[in-house]
Amino acid sequence: MSDATIDAATTDYYERSVAGTDEGDQQLRPRSEQTAKELMREVGSVLRMSEADAAMLGELPDDPDDDQTMIINMGPQHPSTHGVLRLMLELQGETVLRCKPIIGYLHTGMEKTGEQLTYAQGGTNVTRMDYLSPLANELVFSMATEQLLGIDGEIPDRAVWIRMLLAELNRMSSHLLFMATNGMDLGAVSMMIYGWREREEVLRFFQEVTGLRMNHNYIRPGGLAADLPPGWRDGVLRILDMLPERLDEYDILMTGQPIWRERLQGVGVITPQEALALGATGPILRSTGVEWDLRRDQPYLHYEEMDFDIVVGSYGDAFDRYAIRLAEIRESMKIVRQILDRMPGGDYRIQDKKVTPPPRARIDESMEALIHHFKIFTEGFKVPEGEVYVGIESPRGEIGCYIVSDGSANPYRMHMRDPSFVNIQCLPHMMRGGLVADAVAVISSVDPVLGGVDR
Amino acid sequence: MSDDTVDIDPDVASDAVELHGCPLVEATGQSVLHVPRDRYLDVVKALADDGYAMCVDLTAVDGLEIPGRRLPPGVAPERFEVVVNLLDIRNRRRLRLRVQVPEHDAVLPTLFDVHPGTEAMEREVFDMFGVSFADHPDLTRILMPEDWVGHPLRKDYDVGRIPVQFKEANT
Repeated sequence: MSDATIDAATTDYYERSVAGTDEGDQQLRPRSEQTAKELMREVGSVLRMSEADAAMLGELPDDPDDDQTMIINMGPQHPSTHGVLRLMLELQGETVLRCKPIIGYLHTGMEKTGEQLTYAQGGTNVTRMDYLSPLANELVFSMATEQLLGIDGEIPDRAVWIRMLLAELNRMSSHLLFMATNGMDLGAVSMMIYGWREREEVLRFFQEVTGLRMNHNYIRPGGLAADLPPGWRDGVLRILDMLPERLDEYDILMTGQPIWRERLQGVGVITPQEALALGATGPILRSTGVEWDLRRDQPYLHYEEMDFDIVVGSYGDAFDRYAIRLAEIRESMKIVRQILDRMPGGDYRIQDKKVTPPPRARIDESMEALIHHFKIFTEGFKVPEGEVYVGIESPRGEIGCYIVSDGSANPYRMHMRDPSFVNIQCLPHMMRGGLVADAVAVISSVDPVLGGVDR
Repeated sequence: MSDDTVDIDPDVASDAVELHGCPLVEATGQSVLHVPRDRYLDVVKALADDGYAMCVDLTAVDGLEIPGRRLPPGVAPERFEVVVNLLDIRNRRRLRLRVQVPEHDAVLPTLFDVHPGTEAMEREVFDMFGVSFADHPDLTRILMPEDWVGHPLRKDYDVGRIPVQFKEANT
């Protein structure tokens, strides 16, 4: 074989093998292959600006050639991408010109799985989506199912208050983990240990209550899986007593630190118009100064009786998002204290034979109870025809559950509107014109959970 | 419990509530607007001017196995339904749009120019259901690999299963 044939054969083989694995169109393509409209997508189309205005905005060079820029991959295997987020960045020197998040590496078809499981089993599935706020996922799924069943007004009071207690503790654990990862991403490595340590205290309480640290399947349609264990109050008080001091430590370590401020202030700025246009919710939207928190604005559970503040920022930068989450931990502690004072007695699940399995003790003595128990756990319960969308405030923003029921025991369609999935659309805007080093700060401040993004 | 679902008495259907010329119904206590496909973009634009300035969610349902579902009079069921959740932050209200999309011509105009945040959601619907969005800036698969065949959330797409191989299976 001559050299030419070998070359041709190698090239051919290379092209074939790449064609099989290449993701083609999902990639960020070089500037020369993009149409003007595609180039405008990052900024111009959102603000409805002319191309010239958009270019001015980021103070970017008008139209760099392909040989002045470089496209690199960040992730999916990168410690600061929080899982398997892959970003393609177009760089000119150290400046990020364009960015495209490429997702799907953790996609396991959970919405399809949800159609195969009964409503009674659905909790085990949805709790694994956004794995840092499993209780919010279970809560929204249960609330949607209960609305379809028409029993949402009959859930016993104690169950509602316990749901709220756990939702707020989950918000604290999720934000504490954010403190840890945000610190780690920016080089405050000791913060990583502190954040994980405090979160572990909260998870320990979850383990006492639900039996598991994560993926609890504790909040179920109709109520809860079990009542709070004896001594739960001490567990909550231990967390509440421990945290204020530790949060003050965070303030010393990070909030007031000149280095920390330098790294975050003015980085990853997003305007309220952009955030609303992109559908961003949660701390990202609030960092721009928009007061929007579903706990106050479309109250569910007993949030309208709670006294708490909605923390908003004013600059829309990474520091605001950090400060909001830190303040939200304190607000959640306020809510948890009020819940402790008002926790009523009573049943922890609805006594509706249709959705509630009989108590364990009854199974030993009654044949009917055994059959009933068996039927609920094998066939599930039927849910009337209809469709419903329920949205609640998860630590990352609005988590929504859309269920279409055809009258059977399985959802006909179960869709989760995950805040992380929508929020990562902000990344190209926040990164435009920034430095590569700031890209890490930006990803971290959006706080995406890839289990929720990919579902 | 049919009372909870969209159930319009034929007698009162003539003076049923309308919004921008589309039937507005209640479903499980929530407002749902059934929009014809050819007026979809116009209605979303008009609603954005009314205050529904945020698109929270866009998804789809494959109605293959529920062809006889309850719809207001004048709305013919088609295979796909695109469901859009709009939010009016100022007045704290929500509105859900349902658009029937036929299988033989599963195309809708993109909402990208009104609500840029639908970019990823429309890609997800395209990926999972094969409904395309005309003029979308980057309509590619988002969750599945680029070379994947089929649209997983369609009802005629089988649930995959990987057989478990036990050590003694062949003996």
